Amino acid sequence: MGSISRRDLIATLLGASTATLSGCSKPQGHDFQGELLGQDSHHGHRLRESNFRPDSIHDWQDVPVVIVGGGIAGLSAAWRLKRRGFEDFVLLELESKLGGTSRSSNTGSFHYPWGAHYITTPLPSNTDLIELLMEMGVVDEIAPDGTPIVGEEYLCREPEERVFAGGKWHEGLFPESIASPDDIDQYAAFNQQIKYWSDAHDAQGKRFFDLPIANCSDDPQAQELDKISMSDWLGQQGWDSPVLKWFVDYACRDDYGLSIDRTSAWAGILYFAARLKNKDHMMQDVITWPSGNGHIVDYLSQQFESHIRTRFMVAKIRPSDLLGRDANCETVGLDLETQKWGGYRAKRVIWAGPQFVASRVIDGFRNGNPISSTPFRYGWWLVANVHLRDRPVELGESLCWDNVLYDSQSLGYVVSTHQSGIDHGPCVWTWYYPFADQQTKYSREQLLLVPWSDWAELVLTDLQRAHPKIRDLVTRIDVFRWGHAMVQPYPGFVWSQTRRDSVLPDRNVHFANTDLSGLALMEEAFYHGVRAADEILSVLS
Amino acid sequence: MLNRVPLFLLYVNVLVIAVCGLIYELLAGTLASYMLGDSVTQFSLVIGTYLSAMGVGAWLSRYIQQQLAQAFVEIELALAFLGGFSAPLLFMAFPFVEWFRPLLLGLVFAVGVFVGLELPLLMRILKEHLDFSDLVSKVLAFDYVGALIASILFPLVFVPYLGLVRTSLVFGILNACVGLWSTFLLRPLLRPHHVLSLRIRAAIVLALLAAGFFQAAQMTRFGEESSLGGKIIHTVASPYQRIAVTSKRGGFQLYLNGHLQFNSTDEYRYHEALVHPALLGIDQPKRILVLGGGDGLAVREILRYPSIQRVVLVDLDPAMTDLSKSFPPLVALNGASLQDPRVEVINQDAFLWVNQSSELFDAVIIDFPDPGSFSIGKLYTTHFFRKLKDRISANTLVSIQCTSPLVAPQSYWCIVRTLEAAGFVVKPFHASVPSFGVWGYALASLSDIQIDANRLPPDGQLRFLNSKNLADLFTLPQDIRPQTPQINRLDNQSLVRYYDEEWHGID
Ligand SMILES: Cc1cc2nc3c(=O)[nH]c(=O)nc-3n(C[C@H](O)[C@H](O)[C@H](O)COP(=O)(O)OP(=O)(O)OC[C@H]3O[C@@H](n4cnc5c(N)ncnc54)[C@H](O)[C@@H]3O)c2cc1C
Repeated sequence: MGSISRRDLIATLLGASTATLSGCSKPQGHDFQGELLGQDSHHGHRLRESNFRPDSIHDWQDVPVVIVGGGIAGLSAAWRLKRRGFEDFVLLELESKLGGTSRSSNTGSFHYPWGAHYITTPLPSNTDLIELLMEMGVVDEIAPDGTPIVGEEYLCREPEERVFAGGKWHEGLFPESIASPDDIDQYAAFNQQIKYWSDAHDAQGKRFFDLPIANCSDDPQAQELDKISMSDWLGQQGWDSPVLKWFVDYACRDDYGLSIDRTSAWAGILYFAARLKNKDHMMQDVITWPSGNGHIVDYLSQQFESHIRTRFMVAKIRPSDLLGRDANCETVGLDLETQKWGGYRAKRVIWAGPQFVASRVIDGFRNGNPISSTPFRYGWWLVANVHLRDRPVELGESLCWDNVLYDSQSLGYVVSTHQSGIDHGPCVWTWYYPFADQQTKYSREQLLLVPWSDWAELVLTDLQRAHPKIRDLVTRIDVFRWGHAMVQPYPGFVWSQTRRDSVLPDRNVHFANTDLSGLALMEEAFYHGVRAADEILSVLS
Repeated sequence: MLNRVPLFLLYVNVLVIAVCGLIYELLAGTLASYMLGDSVTQFSLVIGTYLSAMGVGAWLSRYIQQQLAQAFVEIELALAFLGGFSAPLLFMAFPFVEWFRPLLLGLVFAVGVFVGLELPLLMRILKEHLDFSDLVSKVLAFDYVGALIASILFPLVFVPYLGLVRTSLVFGILNACVGLWSTFLLRPLLRPHHVLSLRIRAAIVLALLAAGFFQAAQMTRFGEESSLGGKIIHTVASPYQRIAVTSKRGGFQLYLNGHLQFNSTDEYRYHEALVHPALLGIDQPKRILVLGGGDGLAVREILRYPSIQRVVLVDLDPAMTDLSKSFPPLVALNGASLQDPRVEVINQDAFLWVNQSSELFDAVIIDFPDPGSFSIGKLYTTHFFRKLKDRISANTLVSIQCTSPLVAPQSYWCIVRTLEAAGFVVKPFHASVPSFGVWGYALASLSDIQIDANRLPPDGQLRFLNSKNLADLFTLPQDIRPQTPQINRLDNQSLVRYYDEEWHGID
């Protein structure tokens, strides 16, 4: 199990045919720079080897509520507490930068995401999210029927998306011009089914597919869908069109980082059905910012900056049952700046990190039941921000916000500068690659050893399919390697009892994170943050 | 045997060959200066390469010892193919290849070599049958006459009427005809079993060129050159657009990416209508914003008001504003308006600039190109117009050009309705500009619009407007009836789609 050769890496991740596309046999010179970034894996490791003992802690603070984790979920919990007039909390975040998988950066005036980059306009039923968006000034007003009216500059600017297939760019995501009449028929039938599921309600009037998924019906029919894979479901419908398959597979990889045969059919349908407007069955409009969902992170964190402590790694949480009924929950961690240990005594703690860390950090997690966290599986992602000195000269469909490559296992790229209205000269492209199937071939340790230059070559090789001369335009490629980034809705997981029980508090620790839904979406992270805050507010008041 | 052929036919052959050769060279030179700008350099390089290649061809001719007639026909066909497809090939390759110049010069060189081979071969074929001194004098005379004809007809007839791509293909066809014809003319000198094969090859080349000719519209879509009606007198290729100045019928015309921006003979009508109604609505206009309008012609109209203290002109392309400051015919036309000390030129996308400025203006003149692309369409959205409201006061008047209300009524009314949706009071108006036809504008303000014709610059300054015809601009004829298309927003860019539908095939 040695290190991975560049040629092998590219052939495995992009398909054998690409190995010849790039100069991967002979290392190429390049005149751009870049960095390999990632989560703080060094400290994560220390947590995993959890035999280190915070010996004698002198620095204890009392605060009624501690929130651990500064991703969307933790920030949303804090937002809810403050919005309800409760300000006695502190938010602890391991990294120096807030946002978790929704973080972003900027170079000068160019902003770009490192993870999540958009949300869809919430349906009228998602009143909490609409409240946040109104406060942010993103939603201007609410129509009489409850539909939020989103400010023009936050809706994805046209031209929105295009796909590169058969050597050409096509408007939209479904490459109609390479599709046969049969492909198009099946695509129409697929959309018909999605409309059906989008309208479907159970006896209690709950929708089968909705966001957050907590609002969804748990009707046995829905649970059946969760037991099979999305590709099995397509097969059951008698759909074998390769173009349709690609389209649905793309959707699964885009939202869940999973290929079509590893995604639950329920989750696969959710992607489409939960996002249709009730009225005209059109897809909900996309809301995005140059920095992606990092914009939401920035907004939220500004509301309670003084409550936030970054570079603080929570290593142990001791819920009060272990210490007697009236005692507080102890949260102990290491200040990575000073390398000093510190602790908080709180009445309630919100754990807004992922479940696989919770099981190591929380003493006696779920009565020591190992089942409670092992079913949570997470996928790898690679995200690159590619800085260009100019745009490639192209014919046909002009550069869009989202640019998808039909033949690629990557998701293509989003032009992060698009939403700012910058149409000329330098720009930044954010390129996404989910390890939808491939991660099985390489071990975690092997992937950690791949150097920046090989990742950069991978990115370029992929972009070259559509932009043969892109190499000459690149000034910088930064690559973010996400390990355990996205919880996976594999068949049977979302509707499993373990997943559904994971939202319940464990003694005086409450939980908030998108993984509690079994799928990674801003709407879910936000929902759990708000829910956990509400649980605490009802106990403490 | 050859003596039976009327001799003048042979000389016609020479003439056609000469015309074709020179046309290929002129095409390459024009294309190079059109695509790359800097015509002096391009023409020098093309001519130098072409002449030296002819020398190489002449020199190589000595190595052809047998089957001279067959070689001659084959060279004609090769030349027809190469020369005929040279302009379409270069047009289509331009956006894709980095080595455009090497490609172009390579083509010129190859064409030159073949042309250089032609005459020596022909003379050697004929010298056995004709008196040599007579032959040399007549062949060379016809060659030079051909050159003269080509160089006169190229700018006067071929480029204006056929465009570069079709010209190239037509001469390819002519060239191939010479090849085919030569199989008849030189039949006695050809081996019988070669004749058919040569004729088949000639037919294939002809068919390909003819097919190309009928596809020419498709091919020039990339180059738009065929729409430039006049002689190209100046070109600049900037990172944003291709700027071309042509001259025709006593005036000159400016094209951006093949779209006419103005014609010097009637632009005064366009610009007087664009600028004065807005300025007449303000007592003592002082601070004026111009968006687009890098030609400086709107600014020329603005500076007619003595009260003006400051004009800010925001235009994306420095190449355009530089041209307006330095290209003599344009400087003469705009009265050196951009050099006026009161004028500040800012080269930035107005979409970004509008967020960064904090100035307030008494009037805004919007002279963007027509909304033919998303990057221009965004400048006609509710979002942009709302941002513009931060740059104006309650009485500011905004004047905007809105394409043709006759050709593109949906587009025209889309702009008007979008301004209304952004909170403006809007008065649509129109003017007739011969080069454009009936043109549409709109006057917009946050309060009621009153214009006072008494404020017009004193007599003799304006050529189109006077206090009597001013009101006519605002009376819409029956065929410009109000419509209610979809509002243009950043997230739908409906205007670009309307514009595309309405102008498609016309422009
Ligand atoms: C590449 C990628 C693209 C995505 N794109 C989209 C998208 O376009 N739209 C969308 O809606 N969703 C997207 N997602 C899903 C995204 O994960 C969610 O939208 C959301 O950001 C999840 O937030 P969270 O707070 O639940 O979890 P996380 O973002 O994982 O936040 C957890 C936080 O807890 C911190 N933490 C963990 N352990 C500790 C500890 N011991 N001590 C202190 N702090 C700790 C972490 O550092 C992190 O900041 C994407 C995800 C990825 C990976």
